[in-house]
Amino acid sequence: MSQLLLDVNGLTMRFGGLVAVNAVNLAVRNRQIVSVIGPNGAGKTTVFNCLSGFYPPSDGSVMFKGEQIAGLKDFRISRKGLVRTFQHVRLFSNMTVIENMLVAQHRHLNTNIAAGLFKTATYRRLEQEAMDRAAFWLEQVDMLSFANREAGNLSYGQQRRLEIARCMVTQPELLLLDEPAAGLNPNETKQLDELIVRLRDEHEISVLLIEHDMSLVMGISDHIYVIAQGTPLADGTPDEIKQNPDVIKAYLGEE
Amino acid sequence: MSFDLVFTMSEASLYFLQQLINGLTIGSTYALIAIGYTMVYGIIGMINFAHGEIYMIGSYISFIVIAGLLGMGMVALPVILVIALVVAVLMASTYGWTVERVAYRPLRGSNRLIPLISAIGMSIFLQNYVVLAQGSRDVALAPQISGGWTFGDPQLFEVSLSYMQLLIWIVTLVCMTVLTLFISRSRMGRACRACSEDQGMTNLLGIDTNRTIAMTFVIGAALAAVAGLLLGLYYGVVNPFVGFIAGLKAFTAAVLGGIGSIPGAMLGGLILGVTEALTSAYFPSEYKDVVSFGLLILILLFRPSGLLGKPEVEKV
Repeated sequence: MSQLLLDVNGLTMRFGGLVAVNAVNLAVRNRQIVSVIGPNGAGKTTVFNCLSGFYPPSDGSVMFKGEQIAGLKDFRISRKGLVRTFQHVRLFSNMTVIENMLVAQHRHLNTNIAAGLFKTATYRRLEQEAMDRAAFWLEQVDMLSFANREAGNLSYGQQRRLEIARCMVTQPELLLLDEPAAGLNPNETKQLDELIVRLRDEHEISVLLIEHDMSLVMGISDHIYVIAQGTPLADGTPDEIKQNPDVIKAYLGEE
Repeated sequence: MSFDLVFTMSEASLYFLQQLINGLTIGSTYALIAIGYTMVYGIIGMINFAHGEIYMIGSYISFIVIAGLLGMGMVALPVILVIALVVAVLMASTYGWTVERVAYRPLRGSNRLIPLISAIGMSIFLQNYVVLAQGSRDVALAPQISGGWTFGDPQLFEVSLSYMQLLIWIVTLVCMTVLTLFISRSRMGRACRACSEDQGMTNLLGIDTNRTIAMTFVIGAALAAVAGLLLGLYYGVVNPFVGFIAGLKAFTAAVLGGIGSIPGAMLGGLILGVTEALTSAYFPSEYKDVVSFGLLILILLFRPSGLLGKPEVEKV
């Protein structure tokens, strides 16, 4: 059994008197696609927000690579290799595709201003590496030919793929995708499906996924967690979840 | 020096040309100051009301340095000016950085009105601090750069383009070119544009947004100091209150061009300068502010986002 990459125990988030997330446990192993599903308002995005540092969780522990990250600031968590996307696209829409990819690598290009002014050898080498990495990932998401387009002018499906590429260029180990298929047509969803599987199989990344598109979730997940009203309802393989009476009840209501 | 070419021009057109030259000169300096407003607005969506004071301080510092070096017996004017420029830019940048650190950063995330008030407070503080340190009267500096070219018909009207005006144009052009390249090509410029689009996301990508914001204040202050030196030399006087009106004008220029847009600030500055010069040439000079602010109102009525504001101009 592979080692736990993300180990969440008793994660709880309260907003005043409202318990949005109640004692949720999650485990993600290396090279695994894990999905979190649940009806609207179940608290899935709140779980993501707690994991990625948008809110400090009220209670519970979040271990990433054996290290406690609950309550850390979002940018510190992303530096550790846990990177997320959002339900709505958050690209720099006035910048070109390649600039979006380069901005994401800003931190890796950490040279001083003088190096930039005089274009030292190190600076140029780092820029070149960043450029190569950007090109590599654009190629992976089939966007290389759009490198000089303004991101805001891309189609929605392309923007979604660019977002994933922008995350990947920061070299994460765990990618959190919040409803990546929302608003995509069936063809784009299929491309996304293949991309996520490729991330796991070829690039050895783990993916934690929130998604409503059941065919996507059931098709690619190694493990599924179901949350309803902030509380864990069930977890298991796609087949187990499909047959779980509680899950069917939560989704379809009582017969 | 004379140009045969313009000998045939009528008196009226020579007069017009002269006003255009004067207007472009003042307009260039408005544009330099306006960059500071537009960049800070672009990145944090707030108006830095202490910016005019930074310009005034830049002017004072360059006066002090020039007078000091002259007093020490230094004669090489280009060297004196370069030293004055460097010192004024460095010190004004420090002030700009401090304003951000003291008046803006602690209030980040609070209601937008609050930093506005603290910036006004900062402006009043800086103005009075200079009054205390330097006195409230005009400080004069003998003209350092004299001479220039004249052309036109001596019988009708002689147009003069002084070396000082030329210097202002060249320095402004260089600053604007460097700034444009910096914003569009450099790594920090990229971070700056990203930050102005989505600060949260930029932060999440591991970019130190506090540093990026501080940098825009510093760049704005540095350009204001350049304007301070140039206008100080041009007018030959400075007092602690010049920052207010210059700031107001530059702010108008930034809004005119489309606040948040760097090319907009440049264009707005030039338009405002030329408008003022032409108005005071053909009407009683008291009308110049009436006309320039009237122009602002007109543009805002028909293009509320300014001349080069959205949709396609890059914000910073």
